Amino acid sequence: MKKYFSFFRLRLQMGMQYRIAAFAGMATQFFWGFMLIGAYKAFYESNAAAFPMGFQALTSYIWLQQAFLALFITWRFDNDIFTMITDGGISYELARPVRLYSMWFAKNLAMRLSEAALRFAPVLLVAALLPKPYGLSLPVSLPHFLLFLLTLGLGLLTTIAFLMIVYGLAMRMLSSTGVRLFLSGIVEFLSGQVIPLPFFPDKVRFVLELLPFAGMQNVPLRIYSGDLSGTPMLHAMVLQLVWLVIFIAAGALLLRSGERRAIVQGG
Amino acid sequence: MKRHGFRLYRHYLSLSIRSSMQYKSSFWLTMLGQALTTISTLLGVIFMFQRFPEVKGFTLDDVILCAGIVQLQFALAEMWARGFDRFSQIVRLGEYDRILLRPRGKILQVFGSQFELSRIGRIIQGVLMLVYALVRIRLRWDFLRVLTLVNMLIGGTGVFTAICILRAALCFFTLEGLEVMNIFFDGAREHGKYPLNIYGDKFLLFCTVAIPYALVQYYPLLYLLGRRADWFLPFLPLLALWFLIPCLLLFRVGVRHYQSSGS
Repeated sequence: MKKYFSFFRLRLQMGMQYRIAAFAGMATQFFWGFMLIGAYKAFYESNAAAFPMGFQALTSYIWLQQAFLALFITWRFDNDIFTMITDGGISYELARPVRLYSMWFAKNLAMRLSEAALRFAPVLLVAALLPKPYGLSLPVSLPHFLLFLLTLGLGLLTTIAFLMIVYGLAMRMLSSTGVRLFLSGIVEFLSGQVIPLPFFPDKVRFVLELLPFAGMQNVPLRIYSGDLSGTPMLHAMVLQLVWLVIFIAAGALLLRSGERRAIVQGG
Repeated sequence: MKRHGFRLYRHYLSLSIRSSMQYKSSFWLTMLGQALTTISTLLGVIFMFQRFPEVKGFTLDDVILCAGIVQLQFALAEMWARGFDRFSQIVRLGEYDRILLRPRGKILQVFGSQFELSRIGRIIQGVLMLVYALVRIRLRWDFLRVLTLVNMLIGGTGVFTAICILRAALCFFTLEGLEVMNIFFDGAREHGKYPLNIYGDKFLLFCTVAIPYALVQYYPLLYLLGRRADWFLPFLPLLALWFLIPCLLLFRVGVRHYQSSGS
């Protein structure tokens, strides 16, 4: 465990170097949040009755989404891994006395946490100071807040387990750009990054909430504002956990078979 | 001299296209990625309109028309001003030294340094959206409507190009590309899919006076859809080209400020 922790710590320190990039990212996320809320407000004013969640719940959803964007975005891969796979650098990774899956998992986790750590607090702080109902509200209750943190963590693990599956697929092909683009584009949409899942048509939404991608951000962000609570929340959390286990198993299997068949190109 | 410059640009163009066709799979993949983003954005809009029949008086078809036009403006600018898009690289790698050495216009050379053919995907998507919306809306076409549409494309491409130049000019001072500037470029495309008045009056005013997005989007759109009939609306998008002037000026100031990074 200790060795995975040091991979984690190294990557974390590396990520913390990019403070200016973090500042730029924050400005972008503020702007994005404001524009999204502006658009939803216009829809709300056109027909408040058709709004599938409370307006305050939505604005909290958007601010949390912007603040923790680094945890959610599906197309942020560790490019070093892809390079390693194509240029043969992976042989060094295989030579280490560590499990490939755990090492890459730890690295990706650290990469995302360091990015998020630099950004989330200022975004949340300013969002909390905005006038109601445009800002971030307090969580509905302490239990909801704790469950929010728990499901946020599980969602992050699911996202990384998804990345690991993509790395596993990449090991089986020389050029993986197409698969990468395709999968991360689709998962982004299905996880509710483009519009929150409650805004999907009811039938589509029903299916999407059963899929693994709902747990990536939809579940935690809606628990925070109380939009998801009671039995449906419990169901969502069980599903989240089940899918996480399946994703990890699938990724680990893919990686293991990839390791066995790995062909190192040149050296 | 002018004709000479044009011929040089054409030469740059053919070089750029030929070089990008050497990497066919990367070309197709970029197209795939762009298509996916557009489809998911569009699906998002369609799903929203399943719940809400209209937003501030605009229907789904109106929004698709608007999004298609903005998409085209953006893609045209991105395609031919790509050299400015990756200007931070040109400055950092010291490539700009070479540009300064050549006895040709600097801005022309930057324009010519890269022509991004893969943006043709975005252009096709924009055209498809435009055609779909126009078929559904059944506008009564007359000369002024056609002129409005053409002017929107010219003016809009101009505004997006100006932003590219502005972003490049700032690289002279910062060396690094400023990611924040993406707000005005990618952000304008993403959020400009809705007519700008839905974001409120103050925002519309900002987009009229400060950065003239609304002049190439909201106001002429009203004319196109027959909501307003003021005589000046078809020409308004051309007025937005004023924005090129300060951006080009800043670029000139930047050139004087340029210090080679020496690599």
